[in-house]
Amino acid sequence: MSTTADQIAPAHDEHHAPRGLLRWLTTTNHKEIGTLYLVFSLTMFFVGGTMALIIRAELFQPGLQIVEPYFFNQMTTMHALVMIFGAVMPAFVGLANWLIPMMIGAPDMALPRMNNWSFWIMPFAFTLLLSTLFMDGGGPAGGWTLYPPLSLQTGAAFPFVILAIHMMGVSSVMGAINVIATILNLRAPGMTLMRMPLFVWTWLITAYLLIAVMPVLAGAVTMLLTDKYFGTSFFNAAGGGDPVMFQHIFWFFGHPEVYIMILPAFGIVSQIIPTFARKPLFGYASMVYATASIAFLSFIVWGHHMFTVGMPLAGELFFMYATMLIAVPTGVKVFNWMATMWRGSMTFETPMLFAVAFVVLFTIGGFSGLMLAIAPADFQYQDTYFVVAHFHYVLVPGAVFSIMAATYYWLPKWTGHMYDEKLGRLHFWCSAIGVNVLFFPQHFLGLAGMPRRIPDYALQFAGFNMISSIGAFLFGLSQLIFLWVVIKCIRGGEPAPAKPWEGAHGLEWTLPSPAPLHTFQTPPQIDPSEAHG
Amino acid sequence: MSTTTHPTYYVPHSSPWPIIGAVGLFTLMLGGATLLNGGHATLLYIGLAILITMMFGWFGNVIHESRSGLYSEQMDRSFRWGMGWFIFSEVMFFAAFFGALLYAREFALPWLDGTSSSKPMVHDLLWPHFEDSWPTNGPGRVGGHFEPMSAWGLPALNTLILLSSGATVTWAHWGLLKDNRRQLCLGLAATVLLGFTFVVLQAVEYSHAMHEMNLTLGSGIYGSTFYMLTGFHGAHVTIGAIILLVMLLRSLAGHFTPHNHFGFEAAAWYWHFVDVVWLGLFVFVYWL
Repeated sequence: MSTTADQIAPAHDEHHAPRGLLRWLTTTNHKEIGTLYLVFSLTMFFVGGTMALIIRAELFQPGLQIVEPYFFNQMTTMHALVMIFGAVMPAFVGLANWLIPMMIGAPDMALPRMNNWSFWIMPFAFTLLLSTLFMDGGGPAGGWTLYPPLSLQTGAAFPFVILAIHMMGVSSVMGAINVIATILNLRAPGMTLMRMPLFVWTWLITAYLLIAVMPVLAGAVTMLLTDKYFGTSFFNAAGGGDPVMFQHIFWFFGHPEVYIMILPAFGIVSQIIPTFARKPLFGYASMVYATASIAFLSFIVWGHHMFTVGMPLAGELFFMYATMLIAVPTGVKVFNWMATMWRGSMTFETPMLFAVAFVVLFTIGGFSGLMLAIAPADFQYQDTYFVVAHFHYVLVPGAVFSIMAATYYWLPKWTGHMYDEKLGRLHFWCSAIGVNVLFFPQHFLGLAGMPRRIPDYALQFAGFNMISSIGAFLFGLSQLIFLWVVIKCIRGGEPAPAKPWEGAHGLEWTLPSPAPLHTFQTPPQIDPSEAHG
Repeated sequence: MSTTTHPTYYVPHSSPWPIIGAVGLFTLMLGGATLLNGGHATLLYIGLAILITMMFGWFGNVIHESRSGLYSEQMDRSFRWGMGWFIFSEVMFFAAFFGALLYAREFALPWLDGTSSSKPMVHDLLWPHFEDSWPTNGPGRVGGHFEPMSAWGLPALNTLILLSSGATVTWAHWGLLKDNRRQLCLGLAATVLLGFTFVVLQAVEYSHAMHEMNLTLGSGIYGSTFYMLTGFHGAHVTIGAIILLVMLLRSLAGHFTPHNHFGFEAAAWYWHFVDVVWLGLFVFVYWL
């Protein structure tokens, strides 16, 4: 890629754009919409985090001391919904918005107006969802999985929750369609599929998963709604339906959803590790195929969420083996990251610290997942804190760490300033220590039999719960450092060069920092040797 | 800027329609939830009105830009990918309900019946006298005695109507490709007519089912799957017919050229999609 100046469009239309709030409400620019998504996600991260701290404060000691049990249940339910649909998913969509057009040499997202609509549905959806906390009877309290018949006992909040989920689904599907159309149609000449950066690849596959399963969730919650208000019998055995059927339909959505929250993380880590190991990514093609295999397998493993619910033996065995098969492509990925670092000339700036921690801690979560995949063993683990420990290991030091790594890695490109490296490292170490103190003891609690989603517990669980809660507050409060670093970096700091990382490759680093509002209005020429680093 | 061979990809500057759409969707949902909680439907109608206004404005912009020649072939491909994946998402929405139907018939009912060896307890303890036979409203006889809908009356006629409409829309497309405006408009008009006839016949069928056959949404799993599948399909046919009507009006106004008519094609794709879903419904809901 020779030059950048002629690829940057003159800012001819800047003075047409509305200013102030109206600019953000009506924008069609992928960078501005990306920023909106990321700010929204960070806000929801703190909202959901506050709920988590309420949960951990109540569990600091046995007995009931801070909140009512029913409110506790609302907190566990809302914490999950807010973190999944409000924090993690929009963060990845925000990163996709910012990065995919810059990485493939596109002028913007393929459908810029729809991009704006996808985003602005989200704050309204969450207004609807969070407002239920203030209603008569409170918010949803039956768990984010909304299993009937329990979820059908929700009061006035119920239709608000269901319709909020519909809005999130509409937003996700439109966002995903936009990502696919952008990647398939707006690549610069020479940017063949197998030259795309891995973040783009993982998002292409994630978008496919989103379009395939979000409508299934919409169908499932619609059936809940009609069962409650219109007299249908989908989940009522007396009418010939089956409450377990909801679990099947829900988890047909739910398992791919898990990978929707981790595949973009794989992409991010695959961008960062080669940069700081100063070596090309080991096994690029195998990374692509492994991602596709994981996506395919995600459709045929949903039953492992319901081993104890009652399933024919053949079903238990099928879902067990299919689930364990996922370890193979995942193993390929972990191996490739390690091989990329092997004999690399490594440095450990904040993004790399988060990326390396991701590899180690995500793998721990993967292994506990393998333990849960074994059907006979799962009968013991089901609904215990072991499950909580497992999915928080893949979601917090997994998905969330990757989002933080991405933020540090591309913040100079977004803001034009270097972030405060010292504070970044402080944030990393507090987070890494905090997250392990928080979640590691939960494995022991679960193996010892402590059930999840209960505000009180037997005395023998007191010690580990106290440690876990201390870790929770350490982790939660250290995120204020993150907030501070980001604000500080936006407001100023050492000017960032076009390519702040010595070992970085890819089109986004050919642009000046901060990246101008409009880039690549004329597609760049791709130099094959530069592709995907 | 335009020295290269690649024409610039059109990126609109800013647009008020998406945020209006978000407000409209929010109002619609708020109204829907209020209504379900026993409140008034006012907000629902306001939301609907905002969304319809948005569609007029937004689609108006797109049509205007397209006719002003702002769109390149690359833009056309973006629309094609977008519409294709949107239809795929619709397929998956229907898959959830078809899945519910097949699960109930293949798993839930045999288990309730006790013939399946894996869960005899449900049968023995709760409903020892229940015998599975489709159609059913379950062991609790939810909703009381009902008559099932036969496939070979109106539904068979509707199949014929919908399949013919698939043919007429293709004939209209051939007309457009040959720049035969008369064939285009006649074909579209026939398609729209067939589409709305289908909807009217569905309404007649529903009225008959509810008033004379005691078949309602509340008629156990048969009534649930019957009405939800045919109801969502009917809603899609209605939307599809309205889209085709818009295409007809645009054709009469002289829009579309043999080389640039993706709006028409998207409507046709959507129409074929509701057609295929109907075939699935006819086989699995009405016939088998």
